[in-house]
Amino acid sequence: MVTSNLPATLRAPFAAGGASSIDPQIANKLLSAALAAGGDYADLYFEFRVSADYALEEEQVRSVGRGITLGLGVRVTKGDATGYAYTEDLAWEKMLHAAKTAGQIAAAGGHAPVGIDTLTRVTTPSFYDVPQPTLVMPAIDKLALLRAADKAARAYDSRIVKVEASFVETLKEVLVFTSDGKMASDIQPLMRFGVRAVAEVGGKRQAGSGGGGGRYGMDYFARPETEAAAHGREAARVAIAMLDAVDAPAGEMPVVLGPGDSGILLHEAVGHGLEADFNRKQTSNYTGQLGKQVASPLCTVVDDGTIVGARGAINVDDEGHVGKHNVLIKDGILVGYMHDRLSAKHFGVEPSGNGRRESFRAMPLPRMTSTSLYAGPHDPEEILKSVKRGIYAKRFSGGQVNISNGDFVFSLSESYLIEDGKLTAPLKGVNLIGNGPDVLRRVDMLGNDFELSDGIWTCGKDGQSVPVSVGTPTVKIGSITVGGTQAGGA
Amino acid sequence: MSAAQVTEATIKELRGLAELAVELAKKAGADHVEALVRDGSELTAKVRLGEPELVQEAGSRALGLRVIRGARRATTYTSDLRRDALEALCRETVTLAELAEPDECALPPDPKLLATSLPELDLYDPAVAEVDAAWALKQAIAGEAAARKHDKRVTNSEGGTWSRVIGGTAFATSGGFSGGYRGSYASIVVEPLCDDDSEPGNPKKRNGFWYSSSRFLASLEPADQVGIEAARRTVATLGSRKVDTQECAIVFDPEVARAIVGTLFSVANGSAFWRKSTYLVGKEGELVASPLVTITDDPLIPRAPGSKPFDGDGLATRKNSVLDRGVLAPVLCDVYSANKLGRASTGSAGRGVGGSPGPTTTNLIMAKGAMTRADLLRQTPRGLYVTQLLGFGFNPVTGDFSRGAQGFWIEGGELTFPVSEVTIAANFDQILKRIDAVADDLELRSSTAAPTFRVSHMMLAGK
Repeated sequence: MVTSNLPATLRAPFAAGGASSIDPQIANKLLSAALAAGGDYADLYFEFRVSADYALEEEQVRSVGRGITLGLGVRVTKGDATGYAYTEDLAWEKMLHAAKTAGQIAAAGGHAPVGIDTLTRVTTPSFYDVPQPTLVMPAIDKLALLRAADKAARAYDSRIVKVEASFVETLKEVLVFTSDGKMASDIQPLMRFGVRAVAEVGGKRQAGSGGGGGRYGMDYFARPETEAAAHGREAARVAIAMLDAVDAPAGEMPVVLGPGDSGILLHEAVGHGLEADFNRKQTSNYTGQLGKQVASPLCTVVDDGTIVGARGAINVDDEGHVGKHNVLIKDGILVGYMHDRLSAKHFGVEPSGNGRRESFRAMPLPRMTSTSLYAGPHDPEEILKSVKRGIYAKRFSGGQVNISNGDFVFSLSESYLIEDGKLTAPLKGVNLIGNGPDVLRRVDMLGNDFELSDGIWTCGKDGQSVPVSVGTPTVKIGSITVGGTQAGGA
Repeated sequence: MSAAQVTEATIKELRGLAELAVELAKKAGADHVEALVRDGSELTAKVRLGEPELVQEAGSRALGLRVIRGARRATTYTSDLRRDALEALCRETVTLAELAEPDECALPPDPKLLATSLPELDLYDPAVAEVDAAWALKQAIAGEAAARKHDKRVTNSEGGTWSRVIGGTAFATSGGFSGGYRGSYASIVVEPLCDDDSEPGNPKKRNGFWYSSSRFLASLEPADQVGIEAARRTVATLGSRKVDTQECAIVFDPEVARAIVGTLFSVANGSAFWRKSTYLVGKEGELVASPLVTITDDPLIPRAPGSKPFDGDGLATRKNSVLDRGVLAPVLCDVYSANKLGRASTGSAGRGVGGSPGPTTTNLIMAKGAMTRADLLRQTPRGLYVTQLLGFGFNPVTGDFSRGAQGFWIEGGELTFPVSEVTIAANFDQILKRIDAVADDLELRSSTAAPTFRVSHMMLAGK
């Protein structure tokens, strides 16, 4: 739980006691105005966000920034149609204008005024254990972290010629009122530490990156495995390792994915396709597949907003529903989708706590939180040994999927050739391309070494970015297309 | 509702806000101040299967501030523009700057270099502001309906969307610059969907899209034409399949050719250069691409999507060469990267409300060639015609390029069957040098534009 003893500058003006305090009475008046033209449902999303960023480059603190965002988003739905408006000014007439604008989506019809006594406060769980958000701590402590990472990266190897380190922190306070009687609030801390190192020798250059974070306080940096210097060393390690990289092979071959960040594959190959808006509209290739075998029986896939401290954790989603643990695929069988309010209504199920939005300027959509492929029975060593010739993927720079046909790519930034069960040459940056359902059916070994990624990932959908986490054990895919440049590589 | 027009008076008001912030920050102890104000109003009308799905309408305004004190800088932004809030922000920004270390390169440009007269580029169309939600919905419905009617294989839809943004930008600096301009932008997108049962036991869906966008309402293509083209492009992908792994010619459709041109800018700009985070470091003046390739960045084209009268540092914008018949021109720089490289800015600074300036493009255009697209294809015995790229597989430091691709197989100079789930790869240096044919089908459909071109060979990974 985030303490509410925050300095006044970090508390939302709409919170109780704030300069533009919003109480249930004001909220009800706005909801009534929003529904006056005949909408079925309305909600109000108040958001206050303070963020700060620090960047170090060439061993100097180069920039320090801070930003404040405040606003209200009003949504009105009528059937499957949504009206949306927002304002950055919480003056009454501006909020009322936004409510009426959003309400125009509904044809005239009139709606019973929302009864004030129906509002009940959603009990907020506590999936962030952050008594002191980093934003309240002195900036000088964060600059020290940047310097420590820079120093560690440079000390790692004399061939490291450049280091950039950055720290970004936000504190977001939200307050949600819905016309079906819910009121929910949350204070969401989030921070991300990043290091990028460039190695150079004899005219050859390579870059590597490291980083992490999540919904933590400064205590995150007290752990040896996530201290600032460790992230600096990791960036340097990747850059140095990649100096000897050779051209990657081209064609279909077995690929072993390392634990943790490989969850990107899961996120792209299956995650997006299970967001229920695509299935409500029948535009996903997982449409109509509930109850069917969509992956190897080894695979159990879960989206879980309740992992304490994870970048993807949410106490309440942006529609006021509490974060949940949702099983999507159980032993290879598709058992559920991720829902927002609209899709849950369509499918006649409870909302799954996946209604998320980038800011008050955008309507919520079904989005992932922390998406994981659970551990399997195999020893990671045994998995490697089973591959005569293939690729081992260790670090990733991102991925993308076409929801409709299921094609997805993801980019490897650190990978190695596997020859006779052993890692040999590092490979130049390469893409893997596959088809979601095909690839998940080809998962033929699954490690017992599950890891959740350290928090760096951001997911984009319809132009909206939200923080997410991913996790996997070591995964072996029997065959997938590797997009290198060397023919006959397999 | 139609939106309130952005008028000269609006721009004057925004400039007043920027100038006020400059004054307040100076009072708070800043040596140099730059303030950017953005005001925008959006309308998005989306329909699906003939019914309204989303109508979103709102206006927003925000201010970004960069202050320098003793060569130490800080940047802040806010959407709270009340005078007392601005005063507090200015004080806080000056205090924040104490945390940074001095950086002489971050100093603003010599006031003598600032733009004094601004060109009139005709970037605003009052007719765009006059559109209301009902009219926008009608357009979106017409576009989607045309796609569904055009071909019965269009079985579903991700919708039709009509949207507009109008707004104003104002920028003021303690060096004496104060300027502003208004702009409008309208677009329509149609996204049909087909069911593809060509592979027994593995039903798939195929999506596609087409769009039209312009600063001027009258220049938007008619909604039904956009819809028909969207349907045509989507239906053409039915039955897509993988091909064998092989080295072959790759022809880039204009919609992906422009992505290649954008990738070139990501490695040919002042920021990447001083950071040495590009394989092109030290290559200015050298042949880095085929002599068939000429690329310019031109902010001064009237009515064009990427045009602007001054840059993010307050300097006059100008047409710059990026690649001249394959030779890399001096890279585009803002003031900071130019200072880092010990040269003059090219007037290419971009700046958002929330950050520091950096080099950016305006209308980045690859010049057209002499042959028609049809002739270019006819002269390609076999290869892949790429219509979509997927993923982000590009390493700017080494130039390694590997991305997912979708398109059509070329055999005997003709497009034969659709292809998907393959990757194309080569070093970017090789991709640029192997461009051996450029077509004449250049259209300025968006702020980065290129004609169809062919790369003699790349590695295609498939089966």
